Amino acid sequence: METLAQDLTPEAQFQARIDADIRIEPKDWMPEAYRKTLIRQISQHAHSELVGMLPEGNWITRAPSLKRKSILLAKVQDEAGHGLYLYSAAETLGTSRDQMLADLHSGKAKYSSIFNYPTLSWADMGCVGWLVDGAAILNQVPLCRTSYGPYARAMVRVCKEESFHQRQGFEVMQTLCEGSVAQKEMAQESLNRWWWPTLMMFGPADDASPNTEQSMKWRIKRFTNDELRQKFVDMMVPQADFLGLTVPDEKVKWNEARQAYDFGEVNWEEFWAVVKGNGMCNHERLQARVQAHEEGAWVREAASAHAAKHAAREAVAA
Amino acid sequence: MSATQPEPAVAAAPTANPLFPFVLQLADTSLILAHRLSEWCGHGPVLEQDLALANIALDLLGEARSYYQYAAELEGRGRTEDDLAYLRSAVEYRNPLLVEQPNGDFAYTIVRQFLFDNFHYQLLKGLKDGPDTQLAAIAEKSLKEAAYHLKWSSEWMIRLGDGTPESRQRLDKAIATLWRFSGELTTPTAAETNLQELGLVPDYAALLPAMQAHTAHVLAEATVPVPEGVFAQQGGKSGRHSEHLGYLLTELQYMQRTYPGLTW
Amino acid sequence: MNNSEWPLWEVFIRSKQGLDHKHVGSLHAADAAMAVQNARDVYTRRLEGVSIWVVESKHIHASNPDEAAEFFDPAADKVYRHPTFYDVPDSIKHM
Repeated sequence: METLAQDLTPEAQFQARIDADIRIEPKDWMPEAYRKTLIRQISQHAHSELVGMLPEGNWITRAPSLKRKSILLAKVQDEAGHGLYLYSAAETLGTSRDQMLADLHSGKAKYSSIFNYPTLSWADMGCVGWLVDGAAILNQVPLCRTSYGPYARAMVRVCKEESFHQRQGFEVMQTLCEGSVAQKEMAQESLNRWWWPTLMMFGPADDASPNTEQSMKWRIKRFTNDELRQKFVDMMVPQADFLGLTVPDEKVKWNEARQAYDFGEVNWEEFWAVVKGNGMCNHERLQARVQAHEEGAWVREAASAHAAKHAAREAVAA
Repeated sequence: MSATQPEPAVAAAPTANPLFPFVLQLADTSLILAHRLSEWCGHGPVLEQDLALANIALDLLGEARSYYQYAAELEGRGRTEDDLAYLRSAVEYRNPLLVEQPNGDFAYTIVRQFLFDNFHYQLLKGLKDGPDTQLAAIAEKSLKEAAYHLKWSSEWMIRLGDGTPESRQRLDKAIATLWRFSGELTTPTAAETNLQELGLVPDYAALLPAMQAHTAHVLAEATVPVPEGVFAQQGGKSGRHSEHLGYLLTELQYMQRTYPGLTW
Repeated sequence: MNNSEWPLWEVFIRSKQGLDHKHVGSLHAADAAMAVQNARDVYTRRLEGVSIWVVESKHIHASNPDEAAEFFDPAADKVYRHPTFYDVPDSIKHM
């Protein structure tokens, strides 16, 4: 076994470790493509957390009760934390947060398209938690076992904290659905807008997703896009029924033979349009991030300058 | 709906507990500042500080809720924390002017926070030993939070003052703009004087030496001179606010005003 | 003018008295005092800790994975270091 492993190419040894479910750690040898793909995937995930703060952040100042305000603020703050954990994980691969942010701000790096949709009513806080976080969790839970150690550990922390996010979203929806006619209408109107964009979160259909095979081999992706999309529909349709809401897809129907729900085709034209920057909020989301970063520059510089002065004074004193 | 009547909430029924308007004032103060800080969420200068700002906002929001709940109990008219926060107009709000001032740039936010924290910390120290057990309990819990807030804002005052020429210039500007709102914090209203005489609220004059000492220490580290002879702009604690509060409440109260009487 | 990013720090948290500090992740901060506070704000929001250590990442020296075999494999055959290596009659108690 020992001698055999030594005869293998580094690539083959690397793959053998992954196949044996042994985690890859920062200083271990890894193929350049693995490193690059991971940096792209983790930073994209981090960017999604960061940009994802904006649509919900919108409603912190308008939350309808003090309790909801606290919950929402804590939740959006968690997203900042999750972005931070993920940026840190990506940094172990030899990139810097500054570099990743520069790529986000220039439009080179992507983030989840869902955050380019506007939040227009309080019910959207329900839908974002219930549907969007629900979809995110399906993606994230398997990543707790992903092959790259720092990424897997960051995801364990994210998933642990994320568990309240979906529940609070569902609770917002439930409260609306048990409330007045206006509240129930608000809930349905919100579901109508978020359902399809949420299905798009899982990415293009498997036959249009060329990188999936390699990513699954590397165990940085553990289910295909279509598998997760199906899981999501199967999970959500009964929950919508429970709430007394109607999923805006006439083709949704239980398929006894498949033991799964059939559902309609996602509008891929819209999906690609939003990915390419033509969604309702692409421009303002990115603008908000760029602005925060640029306006924060003097603050970061001041802290660095002060730390340097302070260290110099300490050195003199010593 | 009692809240829509023009009578100021502080007048209430003649039998109302004299602590009610004061507790309400504490609640308004923490809520308004928490609201302002929460506006930073997602827009902070660096991710780590975005989290720090939200933590302070959450602490203050929690503190505000404790005060509102206690105020509602003291009032005894069946109003809830949300009724008090969402259904009172700007003239009924009793927060000092300082906390409603807009976030401005990070230097404004830091100066506003520093001035508030310095007072808040000393006030809570006094309240925690006060005779009203419920108020003392809230103060004791909040004191730990306020101690951390004061540390955070003090250190940022120093970094900005003794940082770069730009940070210094911005800090100077924020100090020049906001310092005039600090005097109101320690200038008692007639109602506060009354409570101080009853021994329910600490004497603000007695808090001043510790506050001034801390300010002197922090500003010295920040290499910034302590502003002197600044006119104290007042009115918030008596319901005479700056223009900013109306906009803030419009946003804060939007849902409750648009959809009255519902559960969320 | 300093345009470079704040340095990276590794964060170690003691989750309760009596336990070791454990590595939980990293963050950026301008200096050590800020790193401790940032760690508090980032990594202990849910009562995760009672004590924090931070170390600037560049000060951590690690073993080389390429030397893992010579570093660690030699310990693999020292079975006699483990109590299970020894047979003790069932009738002997407290050992």
